[in-house]
Amino acid sequence: MSPCDSWDWETEEKRIPFSRWQTQYQWVESPCVAPDGESIAAVVRLTEAGFGVRVNDRLWTQMFEKAWHLGFAPDGRLVAIVSDGETWTVAVDSRLWEHRFDYIWRPLFCPQGSHMAFAFQQDRQYGMILDDHPWPNTFANISAMNLSPDGLHTSASVQVKHLPAGDIFAFAQGAFSAAADGQAWPATFMNVWRGCFSPDGAHLAAEVRLSPDEYTIAVDGEQWPHTFTAVWEPRFHPHGGSVTAPVRLDGCWTLARDGRIEWRRNFVQCWQHQYSPNGEHIAAIVCPEYGRWTVALDGKPWRLRVGDMITDLSFSADGRHVAAAVKNKNTWSIAVDDLCWHHRFDRVWPPVFSPDGWHVAIKAEKEGRFALVVDDVVTPVSGEVMWSPCFSPNAEKLLVPLIRDGSFVRRIVSMGEVLG
Amino acid sequence: MAEPAEKTPLESIPLAEPATALPVADAGIEAGVQALTPRTIADTVRRVLGAETGARLKAYLSTCTHCGLCAQACHFYLSNAHDPSYAPIGKIKHTLWELLKRKGQVSPEFIRQASLIAYTQCNMCRRCAIYCPLGIDVAYMISVVRRICRALGVTPLYLQDTVNSHSATHNQMWVKADEWVDTLQWQEEDARDEIPELRIPLEKEGADIMYSIIAPEPKFQAGLIYKAAVIMHVAGVDWTMPARPGWDNSDMAMYSGDYDIMGRIKRFHFDTAARLRVKKIVMGECGHAFRSVYDTGNRWLGWRMPPIETQHAIDFYYDLLTSGRIKVARKYEEPVTLHDPCNIVRGYGLHEKARYVVNALCEHFVEMTPNREYNYCCGAGGGVINCGPPYKQTRMRGNSVKARQLEATGVKVLIAPCHNCHSGLEDISQHYHLGLEVKFLADIMYEVMEK
Repeated sequence: MSPCDSWDWETEEKRIPFSRWQTQYQWVESPCVAPDGESIAAVVRLTEAGFGVRVNDRLWTQMFEKAWHLGFAPDGRLVAIVSDGETWTVAVDSRLWEHRFDYIWRPLFCPQGSHMAFAFQQDRQYGMILDDHPWPNTFANISAMNLSPDGLHTSASVQVKHLPAGDIFAFAQGAFSAAADGQAWPATFMNVWRGCFSPDGAHLAAEVRLSPDEYTIAVDGEQWPHTFTAVWEPRFHPHGGSVTAPVRLDGCWTLARDGRIEWRRNFVQCWQHQYSPNGEHIAAIVCPEYGRWTVALDGKPWRLRVGDMITDLSFSADGRHVAAAVKNKNTWSIAVDDLCWHHRFDRVWPPVFSPDGWHVAIKAEKEGRFALVVDDVVTPVSGEVMWSPCFSPNAEKLLVPLIRDGSFVRRIVSMGEVLG
Repeated sequence: MAEPAEKTPLESIPLAEPATALPVADAGIEAGVQALTPRTIADTVRRVLGAETGARLKAYLSTCTHCGLCAQACHFYLSNAHDPSYAPIGKIKHTLWELLKRKGQVSPEFIRQASLIAYTQCNMCRRCAIYCPLGIDVAYMISVVRRICRALGVTPLYLQDTVNSHSATHNQMWVKADEWVDTLQWQEEDARDEIPELRIPLEKEGADIMYSIIAPEPKFQAGLIYKAAVIMHVAGVDWTMPARPGWDNSDMAMYSGDYDIMGRIKRFHFDTAARLRVKKIVMGECGHAFRSVYDTGNRWLGWRMPPIETQHAIDFYYDLLTSGRIKVARKYEEPVTLHDPCNIVRGYGLHEKARYVVNALCEHFVEMTPNREYNYCCGAGGGVINCGPPYKQTRMRGNSVKARQLEATGVKVLIAPCHNCHSGLEDISQHYHLGLEVKFLADIMYEVMEK
């Protein structure tokens, strides 16, 4: 059962006065909205040195010296990183975590939102904390933090050896590794960058650099048998256990699996590859000819070409459709299955597939206003501020949170209403 | 309008005597040279020239008539008493031409010298390209030499350490992730004493502008972040700064020849802007970073142009002033002169906008001569200052012509809208006892604007 099954899909519109917040507080930071659209929240300045969190008509009882990164977890809990001036901790629905640190940053949530993790620094040592449980080991530095899909494991690139200032020779020997749940791999590398967990969280793969010109992927600390002149972030197959990554060889990019070249075709660039949920297909953003970008599906590029940029690649749940945000001649649009929408926008947000894969909805901006766009139809649903839409489980309705005329509005729009 | 310098160039700053390069001890270069064998050199030279160069290099090599007109453009040549070994064509003759002629069959000692020439005796400022009747870009050829030296592991230690920082932290000063955000929050707190409602919005998705800077700002010059925040606030700009890697727009990997790291850090920069959904990136007052974002790094990744509009601070200030979003309360009174940074003037043509901004902010602007695209390089760009203290004397000796140019203006306030230029010009001022106060445009704008 999807969490959104229980959301209110019947009430067409709910409003919460929002503009009055601006007069009640010295300032109001950018608001965030709960996944179900029932709550809007923002950090508000209460006194000269005191900040609070306002949620709908309620104010958290605590006042903080600093509060940032306020946001709703996918399960609807409201989370902020807060400080009393001395130490930092995490506030979840106004309850503070037990552990406090010299600094906390980089919130991570698993897709269901039931688990959350952060990076922390204490006494110049670095680690991660998952659901208020810090790593047993800390390190001299940390980067590329990651949370497993099931939310039960955390990882990061960590510095495991001392690096005296300016010591390029110690650096070349390898001072970095990857750590899962605070346990570093025995192997060290010149660099370790972005990692990803297997779907069950049992394995960790990461980009590694062996020497100035040798890059590869390491899985649980074991490097692939082949090296490349560059690699990008790896992905685990959703079901099979193999690992794929874009790799650069002889000046060209392609996709490799477990160290062997997977795609026959080479590209000027290839990155952000994604598996379809069933694992049958792989899509990637590629540059088949210099300065021209498209999407490759299973190694075959679309006919579409854009000059500026492609991003936000996503599969439909059934894996049969692919969409991406595309930018050409300084305007944005959406491409679905090699067809570009006719409408152009100043900005677009990531495309959202309906659960059945038949429709794509986005938040788009044109001339300072935000509008709901569905299947290339610009709907009258618009506002001064808007959040990305969400389809109902039966794909018949859309939830669109927005701010209009000073009110936060939770709009439920039927597909019939927007598509006619 | 700017006034011409009142004084003719003085003779008080002597030109250096002709000499070979100053002896230096650089553990990075020495260790690299020690590890070389004739075979690795030949293989590497063949690989880089064969796989990574093509029509562009061939065109330059085949069209150069060896006329030597480029010599008069180079501040190293002019400052070193017209020693021909410092002429751009001389540097190519002693590096790339020999590598090609001998098909890479050169000694480790040759590579040592080639490395010193390419990294520390050429700023890749491209002044010689505008003096060349055929427009040959010597800086590009020097970058090929640097690429070869980097592939051979013969890079200056300080420069390599900076590139290591780029690779490990995605910024050039080993700034850790928490230190970065903490610095922004600290600057916001400080600035609120002056403007109570001031914000430095972190990670604001959908802001109009992402403001990116170079790592020396949080490390040593946090006050510049403060001033930028005040300018943004007063101008009513919808802006943000990233709390995750990608905030540093600088790129010493571009200058060391480590293009894979260059591509990696440029991708982070653009990915961060795309993640935050900003309409454009505004970059602080840095020249080389703009070269990397606008010209080199983006193109290595496959983009002809930056995928997201990218604006240098000069251009941004020009917009703020012409649109009236920043108003000048009282112009800066002391006479100022302006240094045209190579990477954004010869590289991008921002010289007239820079003059508009200076004239809008300052009462008394004195041009240095030559100026605009003919301005002398400060000697710090191109990664040369990042090669560190071992080469400072080489840099200073190669900048006497710049010192004379600065002295001739007769003014004591020098505006340098570029970080490397700023540091290099401070060194020149100190070395030649010029007594200059070097300022960024933001320093002056912050001082004279209506708040």
